[in-house]
Amino acid sequence: MLIGNFKETYADDEALFRTPASRAGLAVLLAAALVFPFVASDYLLYLADLVGIFAIAALGLNILTGYTGQISLGHAAFVGVGAYATAIAATRLGLPFWLSVPAGGLVACLAGAVVGLPSLRIKGLYLAIATLAAQVIFEWVFTNWTGVTGGIRGLNVEPAGLFGFAFDSDRRVYFLVFGLLALLAYGAANLFRTRVGRAFIAVRDRDISAELMGIDLFRTKIMAFMISSFYAGIAGGLWVYFARVVTPESFPLSLSIQFLAMIIVGGLGTIKGTLFGAVFVTLVPEGLRAVTQAATRLSPDAMSWLAPMKEIVFGAMIVGFLVFEPHGLAEIWSRVRRFFWLWPFPK
Amino acid sequence: MEGGTEPAPAPGAGDVILSIERLSLAFGGVQALAGVDLTVRRGSIAAIIGPNGAGKTSLLNCIAGFYRPQHGRIVFEGRDVTRVPAARRPALGLARTFQNIALFEGMTVLDNIKLGAHAHLETGVFGALAYGAGARAEEEALRDEVEREIIDFLEIEHLRNRSVGSLSYGLQKRVELARALAMRPRLLLLDEPIAGMNEEETEDMARFILDIQEERGVTVVLIEHDMGVVMDLCDRVTVLSFGERIADGTPAEVQADPDVVTAYLGTARVG
Repeated sequence: MLIGNFKETYADDEALFRTPASRAGLAVLLAAALVFPFVASDYLLYLADLVGIFAIAALGLNILTGYTGQISLGHAAFVGVGAYATAIAATRLGLPFWLSVPAGGLVACLAGAVVGLPSLRIKGLYLAIATLAAQVIFEWVFTNWTGVTGGIRGLNVEPAGLFGFAFDSDRRVYFLVFGLLALLAYGAANLFRTRVGRAFIAVRDRDISAELMGIDLFRTKIMAFMISSFYAGIAGGLWVYFARVVTPESFPLSLSIQFLAMIIVGGLGTIKGTLFGAVFVTLVPEGLRAVTQAATRLSPDAMSWLAPMKEIVFGAMIVGFLVFEPHGLAEIWSRVRRFFWLWPFPK
Repeated sequence: MEGGTEPAPAPGAGDVILSIERLSLAFGGVQALAGVDLTVRRGSIAAIIGPNGAGKTSLLNCIAGFYRPQHGRIVFEGRDVTRVPAARRPALGLARTFQNIALFEGMTVLDNIKLGAHAHLETGVFGALAYGAGARAEEEALRDEVEREIIDFLEIEHLRNRSVGSLSYGLQKRVELARALAMRPRLLLLDEPIAGMNEEETEDMARFILDIQEERGVTVVLIEHDMGVVMDLCDRVTVLSFGERIADGTPAEVQADPDVVTAYLGTARVG
């Protein structure tokens, strides 16, 4: 049983991982993440890369929606902007990936600043509609600005390379994706240890009193949009080197909704929850698909009614989270942790 | 303040810190403030009282920059701040609390208080993402300041990691005062700091307000309905009624003013 968590300096108390147990947990997690690509199958690595890329994008959306309270239905479009910018930088300008991916992030960041402009005047559902418009407009541009985006056929990109080492398989891309995910998650967590992140939360909770505390609302909201779409843009850039082709249908509205589902299921306004949510929303449909395939082997005509079941079960799980655990997986995690701290005493 | 054991008065004590001249504010046809004058001396505690709807909170909102008056001037420390945007005023040394508690409910007590210091901190977005030496030093200095100067002073050590939504009304008011102190004010505006509190909470709050004035030399302007507290705490009282100033003076003078009695109780009609 953990009696207390005592600190001798304020610096210790301000650390991200405050207990020896949480630091040990982090070390184990990092070790597991390093071993994983050498033992996992190709299929699992493919899924892991997908989870990592989505997690980076979802971190961005959680900064904007979960922490700053600005709802966005256009997050997939920013991932798309980043992906196209990266692909164009790589193919037309011949930039290496360590320049083209940040370039994708920056272009998405600028697009985010523009889309964020109406947020000073409109909130809530109205802002959701404004960002939905952005989603539709960007999708249209991806399809129809053929000279730049390659239209429906899209753009093909060579694998990322570093000093002659080509990131040409899911196993190799894994290191790229999870290296950046670790870096960006660390950055996001840092953000909320300082005045910048506190201002975001203040704007979400009570914008008028935030302003009277000296927070410039417009600047803060635009900043949240820019950081959020920068994360989306980086995810888009990684998508390019993961899929090696960019096509317009990769960034539909349904993906934007999926990002929202990740942060709601994981926990709005938590970094840990974002990661849980990205894993859950990406892997659960895959798991359900595996179950339906197994069932089909037993009875061939099961497919016809099990396939729609998959969607229904997934939808029901999300509704279940909204009703029974509105604080998401992150809250479940802390409850489990509290249980073990207090063990063997109940409650 | 004249006793030998008292701390030395703040530099410039006694001069005018806030001067409001002919301030008028209207919402459509409703005249909230009609040519109000107010002078507050540095290091004093001033009260604004008046019946409901007299314009007390409107006046405070003008000083804090939340409302833009149509006419008149607000001069703070010799500088005309009438047109300074609300978000820039905390950096000048102005802080306020709200009548209806306006804390950030998704944050802990500690983060709420830290947020008060926002205008005095400098970390930019890149510094924040990297949490480099600059950001780290700033956060550690802030934590130290908040712990020593505010949490310890207001006796809320046991609350620092609680979320503000879980606190009682009286404690939320105290956390709001803590957040206002983190704004490092020279002029503190308190909108009904003790409304709705029980006796013990009221005494605590009155003691904190006196300590803030006496030990830190912060000038306080407060709105309050509890006349006992106003009379005990304040050096000067200004009475508003229907947007106009009807009396101004020491608590004793104001209490004796026939216009004030009329405004509060109505006029006795004979016949």
